[in-house]
Amino acid sequence: MTSPSPRTDNPFMTPTEWAYLAVLCALIFVLLPLALDGFRLNLVGKYLTYAFVALGLAICWGYCGILSLGQGVFFGLGGYCMAMYLKLEASSVENTRIQSTPGIPDFMDWNQVTALPWFWTPFKSLPLTLIAVVLVPTLFAFVVGAAMFKRRVGGTYFAIITQAIAAILTILIVGQQGYTGGINGITDLRTLHGWDIRTDSAKTLLYFVNGGLLVACVLAAQFVKRSKLGRILVAMRDKEDRVRFSGYGVASFKIFAFCLAAAFAAVGGAMFTLQVGFMSPSFVGIVPSIEMVIYAAIGGRLSLFGAIYGTLLVNWAKTTFSESFPELWLFGLGALFIAVVLAFPDGLAGLWRRHVAPLLTRRAKAPMPQRAATLPKGAPAE
Amino acid sequence: MFGEYSLGDLGAIVAMQGFAGLILFSVYVLMALGLAIIFGQMGVINMAHGEFMILGAYMTYLCSGFFQAHLPSVFPAYFFVAMALAFVASGALGILVEWALIRHLYRRPLDTLLATWGLSLILQQAYRSIFGAREVGVELPSWMMGSVQATDTIEIPINGLFVMAVTVLITLAVAGLLFASAYGKQVRAVMQNRVMAGAVGIDTGRVDRLTFGLGCGIAGVAGSAFTMIGSTGPTSGQLYIVDTFLIVVFGGAASLLGTIASAFSISQTQSTLEFFLSGSTAKVITLLAVVAILMLRPQGLFTLKVRR
Repeated sequence: MTSPSPRTDNPFMTPTEWAYLAVLCALIFVLLPLALDGFRLNLVGKYLTYAFVALGLAICWGYCGILSLGQGVFFGLGGYCMAMYLKLEASSVENTRIQSTPGIPDFMDWNQVTALPWFWTPFKSLPLTLIAVVLVPTLFAFVVGAAMFKRRVGGTYFAIITQAIAAILTILIVGQQGYTGGINGITDLRTLHGWDIRTDSAKTLLYFVNGGLLVACVLAAQFVKRSKLGRILVAMRDKEDRVRFSGYGVASFKIFAFCLAAAFAAVGGAMFTLQVGFMSPSFVGIVPSIEMVIYAAIGGRLSLFGAIYGTLLVNWAKTTFSESFPELWLFGLGALFIAVVLAFPDGLAGLWRRHVAPLLTRRAKAPMPQRAATLPKGAPAE
Repeated sequence: MFGEYSLGDLGAIVAMQGFAGLILFSVYVLMALGLAIIFGQMGVINMAHGEFMILGAYMTYLCSGFFQAHLPSVFPAYFFVAMALAFVASGALGILVEWALIRHLYRRPLDTLLATWGLSLILQQAYRSIFGAREVGVELPSWMMGSVQATDTIEIPINGLFVMAVTVLITLAVAGLLFASAYGKQVRAVMQNRVMAGAVGIDTGRVDRLTFGLGCGIAGVAGSAFTMIGSTGPTSGQLYIVDTFLIVVFGGAASLLGTIASAFSISQTQSTLEFFLSGSTAKVITLLAVVAILMLRPQGLFTLKVRR
């Protein structure tokens, strides 16, 4: 046998993982659209936008060990960028003729703002908006990350400060009603470049676009995970000093992971705005941010696919329970937080790996490469 | 924004708002003191701290109702009973939580964060089921109402002075307990080196449980003080948790003196700014300043020199 080249030694995806990806694609693109009506499908689409955040957290928290409690900030920034474009398009001069200042969003008019603020002007153009959707949150993450990681702030301190940033941004958005729409957020969005996003066919199409983007993000995350970069992230999580002493700039890698998670979250936020038709500060603050962490935790913080299934499962449970037993839901969610920490820290992916995957491999007779063999052992959150 | 006030007016405003901020300061100090003990000494992130505080507030509410209905003659003194009860209730719950949950997680600080967040959701829903979703207020005895006229322009609210005095007493008691008693010596030993402390015969489990209970109990007293500045609802505690964590981190996690200094500066900044700006802008500016300072000086204001 020839010695294995690095490429085959460390393939992009193992056959098992390709199978998982195929299952995920089948679920998102075939099974769910066939099984659900338009309303439910739109709901699933909304859940899947959260999965972008969970995916980012799997990289940032699971692989790199940085727990961010402010992912809602990036989700919200992405969503707001998109919402600002849609709102400007919805408030054309002829649509807003009855206002005292036509051509500006209605909430500005209600709050005695008479001219479009400067930071709204770039959002008149679709290309600029699409760039801003990713760039603004990523840049913000870069600034925060650079300020913190260069000074070796990490772990619990980082978590608390990101949480404070989420709180600040929420208060700011709610307080500056004339510029941001306040507590109601930016509502009454109608068209994307002339295309009505409120129709059923548009919602279905957006669902598929969303699914496609999610799979693209999974592949990007997989690429990071499998590359040498991913190895360094894991090494840093487990023994930061050693990586530093080996000559790596630890801070830069951390900033990268944090920015990547922010970019994913931003794409999710923009898709959320498009599918749900509004954006409000209730998706930015502390509570949604920490709920997004539980999606990744339930899925198994080290599993990219788990993050998606975890998001779907928790949101499905949330909708079901809060529809029928609103009182029980918070008890259930609280218990979920405690259970995932105490009883099964590897989440769904851990259960799958331990109980289901061995059965499947035994049935298939031919020993498939074990996922567990290539994954680092589930380490505690730090 | 300062233009229309003379210098003397400004001084009076700052002084008045400063005294008005006293209760906020006391709530912050008591909350942060409990958190600093739990986070700084034990390394546990207790996201349910706000809910322990609210338990104290509900205890005060129950007490005020009970005394009004059954013992109106001693109503003026009920606040003392309420504070003691708040301490006991929150402390007991804290000990229970430590035993059931926290002790399994000492090596995983970020996991304590998630687990205690879950706990806080459960407690919130429990409060909502027991006390209702409506916010409740507490009737203060008459001797706590009103204010002292210090100068022509400066008034000091009496309840502020009272809470302030209680805060000082509790702070001194905690400092005494931690730095001048055998128990405090054990706490500090466990905090510095858990394994070694266990090896020399300290029951680390018991010390942890008592320390956690103490921190939660102080949060309960903070809840009693809180009833004077706001009405109590199931989610009122959540509003304070981020501020409190920032105070603890800003002060330097392991330093009690730093905690007090940072609670003072944050509450006074916020209270003074609130006079000139809207409440939300004041809060944003205060929090932004704290985060900015923390980015420049991540170790906080006061730090112990430790090698990590």
